[in-house]
Amino acid sequence: MAAELHVALVAADREVWSGQATLVVARTTSGDIGVMPGHQPLLGVLESGPVTIRTSDGGTVVAAVHGGFISFADDKLSLLAEVAELSDEIDVQRAEQELERAKAEDDAEARRRADVRLRAATAAR
Amino acid sequence: MGAQLRVYKRRIRSVSATKKITKAMEMIAASRVVKAQRKVAASTPYATELTRAVTAVATGSNTKHPLTTEAENPTRAAVLLLTSDRGLAGAFNSNAIKAAEKLTAKLEAEGKEVDSYIVGRRGVAHYNFRERKITESFTGFTDDPSYADAKKVAAPLIEAIETETAEGGVDELHIVYTEFVSMMTQTAIEARLLPLSLDEVAAEAKPKGEILPLFDFEPSAEDVLDALLPRYVESRIYNALLQSAASKHAATRRAMKSATDNAGELIETLTRLANQARQAEITQEISEIVGGASALADATAGSD
Repeated sequence: MAAELHVALVAADREVWSGQATLVVARTTSGDIGVMPGHQPLLGVLESGPVTIRTSDGGTVVAAVHGGFISFADDKLSLLAEVAELSDEIDVQRAEQELERAKAEDDAEARRRADVRLRAATAAR
Repeated sequence: MGAQLRVYKRRIRSVSATKKITKAMEMIAASRVVKAQRKVAASTPYATELTRAVTAVATGSNTKHPLTTEAENPTRAAVLLLTSDRGLAGAFNSNAIKAAEKLTAKLEAEGKEVDSYIVGRRGVAHYNFRERKITESFTGFTDDPSYADAKKVAAPLIEAIETETAEGGVDELHIVYTEFVSMMTQTAIEARLLPLSLDEVAAEAKPKGEILPLFDFEPSAEDVLDALLPRYVESRIYNALLQSAASKHAATRRAMKSATDNAGELIETLTRLANQARQAEITQEISEIVGGASALADATAGSD
C-alpha cells in the first residue's frame, strides 16, 4: 500500500475538508513547502495563499487559506486557518469585484485576500 | 354579570396572553440551543488541533515567551466576564456576575489590581449601576457570536498582556463564562487563560498519554509560538462565547418553560375561582327569587 497522508483542513468555525492525500503544498512564511508521507514532524506558520492537496484518488483540491498553521506528525497533517475556502466555494465574480475595490481604496490586506481567492479559484480550473 | 366574575375573566384573558408569549419564547430558545450546540461542535476540531500545536511547541522547545512564563510578582490581572445582552434567562447572568465578583475579590486579596473586560449588556449594566470601572466592554453579538467577534474581544486582551505591567499591561488573564454541560445544567466557571499552565493544556491535548513528536519549526520556534498563542487565546474566547450563548438559550428555555407552566397553573386557579363566583351569583339569584316569591305569597295570604 502506498503511504498516505491523512489531511484535515480546519477553519475556526468548521472543518473545511478532510481525507487521504499523497501530497500537500502550502505557503509558509519562509516559502512554499511540500509535504509527502513520511515527512519529519513539522509545525509552521502559514501565509495567505493557496493550498494544494493531491488526493489519493488522483484529484486535486485547492483552497484559499488566510493565515494559520500547518502541523504534521505521524502521517497526520492538519492545516489550521482562521478563514479557509475551497476553490469551488469561491465566488470568482465577487472576488474580482473585491479586488477592484481594494485596489481603488488602496487596502493592501483586502487586496491580498481577494488575490489569494482568485488564484485559488483559477488554479483549480 | 357580577363584578367579581368580570374581574376573574379579565385576569384569565391577560394571563393566557402572557402564556402564549412565554410559550413562543420557549420554543424559539429551544431551537436556538440546538443551533448554538452545533456551532460549539463545529468549532471543536480547530480548538483541539490548536491546543495540540501549542502543547507541542511549549513542551518541545525551551523557548521563553511572555505568554507562557509566570510573572515573578504578578500585580495586575484582567478578568473577562461573558454575560448576555438580554435577560429573561433565570439566574444565568447573575450566576456569571457572581462568579466574576468572587474571582475579583480573590485576586484583590492576593494583592492584584483587576481590570474588568465585559461582554454583554447585562454585565455592563450591572457594573455601571454600581459605578465600577469597566476597562472595555463589548455588546451586540452574544446570541450568535462569530469568530470575528471573538477576535474583536481578544485583541485588546492580547495587547494588554503583551504590554509591560508598569505601562498598564497585565500579568494574568482570567475568563469567567457559563459552561454548557447539558440542556439542564449550565455552570458558571472561571479559568485562567494566561499565562498558560502547560500541565493543564497537556492533559487536555493528550488524554491517552501519547508522546508528542519532536517538531521541526518553520521558520523558528519563537515565531511559531508568537503566532500561535494569540490564535490560541482567540479560539478559547470563541469557544467560551459559543458555550455562553448555548447556555443562555438553554437557561431562557428553562425559565420560559417554568413561566408557561406557572401561567397554566394560574389560569386553572382563576378558572376555579371564576366558576365559584358564577355559582355564587346563581345561588344568590335563586335565593332572591325564592325569597321574593315567598314574600309575595305571604303578602297575598295576609290580605285574604
